[in-house]
Amino acid sequence: MIELGPGPSFLEYLNKERPDLLPHTSAPAPGVPHATTIVAMGYAEGIVMAGDRRATMGNVIASRHIEKVFETDRFSVVGIAGAAGLAIDIAKLFQVELEHYEKIEGTLLSLEGKANRLASMIRSNLAMAMQGMSVVPLFAGFDTAKGTGRIFSFDITGGLYEEVEHHSIGSGSVFARGAMKKLWKPAMDSTQAIRVAVEALYDAADDDSATGGPDTVRKLWPVVYTVDSTGAHRVAESVLEATALQIIAERTGAGMEA
Amino acid sequence: MSAQYYVSPEQLMKDRADFARKGIARGRAVIVASCAEGIALIAENPSGSLHKIGEIYDRIAFAAVGKYNEFESLRQAGVRYADTRGYSYARQDVTGRGLASVYAQSLGAVFTAEAKPFEVELAVVELGASPDEDTLFSLNFDGSIAEQPGLIIMGGDTPALRTAWSEAWGEKSLPQASAAAVIRAAAAVLPGVGEGTSGAPLLEVAVLERINSQGTHRHFRRLDTGTIASILTSGE
Repeated sequence: MIELGPGPSFLEYLNKERPDLLPHTSAPAPGVPHATTIVAMGYAEGIVMAGDRRATMGNVIASRHIEKVFETDRFSVVGIAGAAGLAIDIAKLFQVELEHYEKIEGTLLSLEGKANRLASMIRSNLAMAMQGMSVVPLFAGFDTAKGTGRIFSFDITGGLYEEVEHHSIGSGSVFARGAMKKLWKPAMDSTQAIRVAVEALYDAADDDSATGGPDTVRKLWPVVYTVDSTGAHRVAESVLEATALQIIAERTGAGMEA
Repeated sequence: MSAQYYVSPEQLMKDRADFARKGIARGRAVIVASCAEGIALIAENPSGSLHKIGEIYDRIAFAAVGKYNEFESLRQAGVRYADTRGYSYARQDVTGRGLASVYAQSLGAVFTAEAKPFEVELAVVELGASPDEDTLFSLNFDGSIAEQPGLIIMGGDTPALRTAWSEAWGEKSLPQASAAAVIRAAAAVLPGVGEGTSGAPLLEVAVLERINSQGTHRHFRRLDTGTIASILTSGE
């Protein structure tokens, strides 16, 4: 039998040749920063994904500027919750994995193929997850073959589940999910979807101390991406600022306490 | 016991070089030129899926002539080298010079140590901020490496192609030329590529764009046959 080369997977190549570069070989340490709430939802043309900007370490805010939603390739984005350092490493490795496949094979991986690759990366991190260093991503993108946006969630064992309409992960996810259940409508346009995403994060921040709300003092707004048939686009700061300020104004105007 | 005949090292190297040169000359040619809009890579290649030109990294591209299986394995090794480097250091730490010298070492090692040298010639090009900051390396089957000023022509009947290119291009300035003008000139020079749109399916064209049309860190763009056809018919 002829032995074939390492194939199109960067992860398998690193496993074989450079295991020292893999993110999950270092020993877990107590008290590492944790990243929190991510929301994703479908709209008429594709999907939108948003993440707040806070990382916490116990009761301390470790970062107000952290970005937890990443463009992984032209048609997909990933949002991460859990141990921040490890999660960012996994997101970075996943970006290289997709680009590597595209360059070696000369074609894009299918959206399901991408989700499966991410699931196997989470699975290989199981030992760390058992020691409290869990990383749970939310993956979403535009399926160019089917012509629709799709959302995939994962569990720490690498289980892969396709979500319909909307989904959220992280410590504030219950509150964000409650908000989306009331705010989300089928076939919204991108402006409406961005507003729902920012508002769901606002509600998560309202009740979860580990999730950061819009910061009007420092001008910090959530990181929001839309993905449609033209690709992944980061929503401009100016749009997010206007959306967040409008939500704050409406909530202030309503004059309700809880 | 079989008798070992003495072959002088000079003769051995000459035989190997002749063997590799013959293999390369049988193939079709590639033209790489740095111009105002970026670096244009043009290959005569009737196959739409077996590429001679490839993306290595953000601003680095690869072109090859010779045996497909040999340069394809070199291209894949280059992508692995670049991605591993970019992943473990940073994206800007992946350079064309570094990649070219790794290729030179492995080509040189194969030429002297293996039973058969690689029958390939490679171009490794890196896009700069302006045409005079572009770096173009040409690599030979024996591992020899040269930095070329703005233009690489390799494969096929190279001396004849060089003459044809200087006749077709004349005194015009490459650093001020558009990518479309370079692609049209290359199509006219490459033998076997027909005039007008009929030549488009026989060409493989990619551009490392100085101003990135896709808005990402990746500057490499492969042109489809329709785009090539419209470039060949326009501006004449």
